[in-house]
Amino acid sequence: MTAYVFKRLVALIPVLLGLSIIVFAIMALIPGDPALAILGAYATPENVARLNRQLGLDQPLPLQYLTWLGNILTGDFGRSYSLNRPVIDEVLERFQATLVLAGAALVLCTLWGVLAGIVAAVRQYGWADRIVTFIVLVGISIPSFWLGLLLILLFAVELRWLPASGMYSVYGGGDLPDLLRHLVLPAVTLSAVAAGVIARLTRSAMLEVLRQDFIRTARAKGVGERGVVYRHALKAAMVSVVPVIGVQAGFVLSGAVYIETVFQWPGIGRMLVNAISTRDILLVQGGVLVVAASYVLFNLCADVVQHLLDPRVQA
Amino acid sequence: MTSAAGIAPPAEAPPPARSAWRLILRNRLAAAGLVVLASIILLALVTPLLPLHPPNATAPANRLLPPFSDGHLLGTDHLGRDILARLMWGTRLSLAVGISATFIAALIGSVIGILAGYTGGRTDNTMMRGIDMLMAFPYILLALAIVAVLGPGLFNALIAVAIVNIPFFARNIRGATVGIVHREFIDAARLSGKGRLRILAADVLPNVLPVIVITMSTTVGWMILETAGLSFLGLGSQPPQADLGSMLGEGRRLLMNAPHVSYLPGLVIFLIVMSINLLGDGVRDALDPRLRAGALARPAPMTAIDRTDMGTDVAPVDAPLSVDHLTTQFRLGSDTHHAVNEVSLSLGRGECLGVIGESGSGKSVTALSLAALVASPPGVIAGGRVLLHGSDLLSKSARELRKVRGRDVAYIFQDPLSTLHPQFTVGDQLVEAIRAHRHMSRAAAWAEAVRLLDLVRIPNPRGRARAYPHELSGGMRQRVGIAMALANAPEIIVADEPTTALDVTVQAQVLDLMDELRRDRDTAVLFITHDFGVVTQICDRVAVMYAGRIVETGPTRQVLEDPAHPYTRKLIDCVPVLGSGRRRFDAISGLPPAANRLPRGCAFAERCELADAACRAGPIAMHEIAAGRQARCVRPLAGTS
Amino acid sequence: MTTAVLEAEELTKAFGGGRSLLGAPKPVIHAVQDVSLTLNEGETFGVVGESGCGKSTLARMLVGLSTPTRGTIRIAGKPFDRHLLGATAQYVFQDPVSSLNPRHTVRRILEAPLIHLKRLGRDARAARINYLMDAVGLRPDFLERYPHEFSGGQAQRIGIARALAAEARIIVLDEPVSALDVSVQAQILNLLADLKARFGLTYLFISHDLAVVEAVADRVAVMYFGRIVEEAPADRLFAHPHHPYTRLLLDSAPAITGKRIDAGEQPAELPDPLAPPPGCAFAERCPHARADCRARRPPLAPMGPYHSAACLYPLNATD
Ligand SMILES: Nc1ncnc2c1ncn2[C@@H]1O[C@H](COP(=O)(O)OP(=O)(O)O)[C@@H](O)[C@H]1O
Ligand code: SF4
Ligand code: SF4
Ligand SMILES: [Mg+2]
Repeated sequence: MTAYVFKRLVALIPVLLGLSIIVFAIMALIPGDPALAILGAYATPENVARLNRQLGLDQPLPLQYLTWLGNILTGDFGRSYSLNRPVIDEVLERFQATLVLAGAALVLCTLWGVLAGIVAAVRQYGWADRIVTFIVLVGISIPSFWLGLLLILLFAVELRWLPASGMYSVYGGGDLPDLLRHLVLPAVTLSAVAAGVIARLTRSAMLEVLRQDFIRTARAKGVGERGVVYRHALKAAMVSVVPVIGVQAGFVLSGAVYIETVFQWPGIGRMLVNAISTRDILLVQGGVLVVAASYVLFNLCADVVQHLLDPRVQA
Repeated sequence: MTSAAGIAPPAEAPPPARSAWRLILRNRLAAAGLVVLASIILLALVTPLLPLHPPNATAPANRLLPPFSDGHLLGTDHLGRDILARLMWGTRLSLAVGISATFIAALIGSVIGILAGYTGGRTDNTMMRGIDMLMAFPYILLALAIVAVLGPGLFNALIAVAIVNIPFFARNIRGATVGIVHREFIDAARLSGKGRLRILAADVLPNVLPVIVITMSTTVGWMILETAGLSFLGLGSQPPQADLGSMLGEGRRLLMNAPHVSYLPGLVIFLIVMSINLLGDGVRDALDPRLRAGALARPAPMTAIDRTDMGTDVAPVDAPLSVDHLTTQFRLGSDTHHAVNEVSLSLGRGECLGVIGESGSGKSVTALSLAALVASPPGVIAGGRVLLHGSDLLSKSARELRKVRGRDVAYIFQDPLSTLHPQFTVGDQLVEAIRAHRHMSRAAAWAEAVRLLDLVRIPNPRGRARAYPHELSGGMRQRVGIAMALANAPEIIVADEPTTALDVTVQAQVLDLMDELRRDRDTAVLFITHDFGVVTQICDRVAVMYAGRIVETGPTRQVLEDPAHPYTRKLIDCVPVLGSGRRRFDAISGLPPAANRLPRGCAFAERCELADAACRAGPIAMHEIAAGRQARCVRPLAGTS
Repeated sequence: MTTAVLEAEELTKAFGGGRSLLGAPKPVIHAVQDVSLTLNEGETFGVVGESGCGKSTLARMLVGLSTPTRGTIRIAGKPFDRHLLGATAQYVFQDPVSSLNPRHTVRRILEAPLIHLKRLGRDARAARINYLMDAVGLRPDFLERYPHEFSGGQAQRIGIARALAAEARIIVLDEPVSALDVSVQAQILNLLADLKARFGLTYLFISHDLAVVEAVADRVAVMYFGRIVEEAPADRLFAHPHHPYTRLLLDSAPAITGKRIDAGEQPAELPDPLAPPPGCAFAERCPHARADCRARRPPLAPMGPYHSAACLYPLNATD
């Protein structure tokens, strides 16, 4: 087991390097002169050249990359010119907020996705199955940003049960209950699509597994129906569900960009959208890199769980 | 001869395009999706021809009119533009962008996937590493980065969404291609002299195409959502041009005072995507043969029982197990497959009865019916009784039946790799079998499990108990299967082709073991096989099955040496026998009748040289031809008394 | 005088191997090792062995579907030419249904070799296809149907017709009847015998079933763990096996005659292919094994007229 984790960690190195190359390359492709963008349209050519030299932009690209990589490895992501603070500070702060939101959404969607999938499979073609199937279909068809707006209209504007935006109340907030109250609507919205996908997959994986020969063996041994469904079938179905939960983490992180915009959540998604509009390249770079790296790590965890579940998976 | 395949539903047909359409239309939800989608697309197509307000004409005096206002059916937005007009034009735009993005992604992704899958080796490796790298980004990050490079704009958003979805297509299509490339018909095509490109075009592509279509139909809705999302963030279509996403984005700021400006475009997006998804599911079900014919139906805990006849009134003989006119069918739509027809047999104490027949003759279904283990749907036990010491198992509830399974009647199945749970150790699976019927601590049950493994002569049982099934060889796995059947010292064991999947040398050892154990413990065995050689090794009596009926029974030696039924005779003549040198076989011409079209009379008549009108007139009864010997034939070959 | 139509020398096929990205050597499995054999014109050469012993790998190399890691193949005295794939040696697959493209009609399947190998025109093709269908005993109205509409035996007849279409004189039959019921198996075996006589074919017939091989073969090779361990004319091999493994196979096969099978004492486990033993691969199971069996590998050595075995202490050695 430790050997497997170690192997996977080693295999992570080229992936992370690849990520950094892609991010660097995309940013290097951006048209326009960053120095010009920083100094404004009225900069003198000498000033631009000096800044270019300071930023190392007169070097050949591979060298620029190495310098950049070296800086990043020492935690120096550069300085955001639009916010005038180190990129890493801003990114980490924003990413924390996103982690809270995305983490909550991921837990929610896994919980109710798997549960709904099991119920639908066990009651195949029954009412529960039909209702779940319908909700799932709505969940994966509805634009999440629109769902967010609808929920705000209902729960914040009409019923006034929950706050419509932000992470904490402006006055007197800041404690955990306050955070949770703010979290409910965005997290539920964000989990809708992913939960639909997980529920569908759990349902079909369960149905697929329930037809397998080893299920018949369990029945032939005299195992009760509960044991057949929850011990034998669920365990086997989870082998195909767990990797999809890993993939859903990507969808949740992606959806967070919309949800943060809708609910004014101070997360990294909103930061990225703003940074793109203000063409704050370093900020975009830093944000993308951190989110991508954490996603890769999360998928590694999913793989490890799958490995634990299924002894047949080779390292 | 893997006759477990008989349990699979009949042939997976590749649906010709015509029948696929019919299947989609028969699926009510998919048809509804199709109707809604077609109407939306039609409206989008004719939008320029309709008498609408110009979508971008502002009229500050008419700001934020509510729906159903004069001249503005759906009201106006903050610049006084007509919402209906903007919705229709926006729908046009969103559909066009989403669909084009899908086609671009599908085209490029499929080309990459097919090339990687077909070439294999290094090319495949390199390409897929690159794809994996792209998939390591949460997709929107990539889209945002691409938009950051290209600048905001609808066309750029389209490109971004297409690029982001390429890896998804590439992976799926590669998977499908690899699956096809390793099929034997590709080798056959090579041997037919076809070149690589021709094989790609004529053999690989047609088989991969359904996967491409399925992937497209299940992602196009998603792509429309994505482009709308980018527009919503202000990175897609730029004012004054508006797709549904940017309308929603603009409307968001007016949420409090004019909610209709945002919920209308959202509703349209939702309708489009929902109808596409409904249709997409229909397409998938129609093109993926595994999903058809209720193949994905979940088997119930016990076979459905719908008995029209309850067997005979004859008091049960004093045998541990007697089966009385058992009839099992598979009901597939309007078609009924008569798998087992009025099978009667009895199993004495410690006796081994062989059931022999060719694949599809109903052996496995008979075996599974005894404990109502036939998958339902589509299986139905339509008649007869299964008497365990005189009490009918088929009258029991699922709960009561559970107590019988594994305790009184235990099973051994054919392929121990697929019949053992891959994720539990063999020790755990034995413990489960023991504790299903006996109150015992886990530790005690584990010790018992190790003892059982030792009993079936697995070397190092203590260590092997902790092994997973895939870590054992086929012979060892089948020994585990036997140990599991013995766990509760059942009176009866039903073994369905327990040695068919094994090599001869392994089979010999497993047969030895089974014979010894059943004699030691006085266990009655119903032994299903298609192999006459195996029958002679282990069975006291034998029953021959043909087309779902027992056609002959008797003591093994007598039946094999002097068969009474013409089918048995001919079948034995077909069996190659070691030591008889080079020879021709006395083959039986033709094929057994299909289980859904059984003749009224003798099912063997079409292939029988002795057949005459009497044979075809009606059902043939079992005739007693000697003590303990019966044959279902009007002119039996042996024992004519 | 017998003429060799196919000669294989020291064929070896290794799977895996090479190095991983980080330079660590990957495990190698030798599926077939140092197999030499000769097919004589007009004979049926049987190959028996249990699952995983390398029969199919050998067969695929012989027709050119896979390239040997080492060794040579000569057909009619000339080195094997990749461009003639399918023209000189044809193949009949074990799984008759999966060897037919599910999306092609029978006609299209049978036409392929006629177009690409024989370069026949439309009319000539139609005539030839009708002839082939008749030869394998199928009705011509099957031509427009798809493979899933056929039973296993019928599908195998189509597979045989496809192999015949190329007019190759050598046909490798890889377990052609193992997926079929005995009654159908008998039909197909008879058909194969008829076709052989009619078209003057040479067969390499692979099976795990000794009785089937005995019924069809002139000469037989027994494979174990990737190598040929015994080779002899069929009657001699079945009457006087020299290799203990051949003996075990014969003793294990149950027969309708009711002869008691003898399962042998040792567990029937194969050696680990990733760590093959240095000596005789059968030593762990062999009742006659002695110390030197485990030390060096017995070579395939002649032990009588046309009879050779790879054993240091062969059975029946004196007769
Ligand atoms: N799930 C199923 N759906 C439809 N028909 C089936 C199913 N399982 C078995 N059958 C049919 O029942 C008949 C008997 O099958 P089976 O008992 O498996 O035969 P055997 O064990 O003798 O090979 C066959 O005609 C087979 O096609
Ligand atoms: S009943 Fe008639 S057709 Fe059937 S097996 Fe007997 S003789 Fe043949
Ligand atoms: S070489 Fe030795 S171990 Fe191998 S088969 Fe011959 S006697 Fe047995
Ligand atoms: Mg069966």
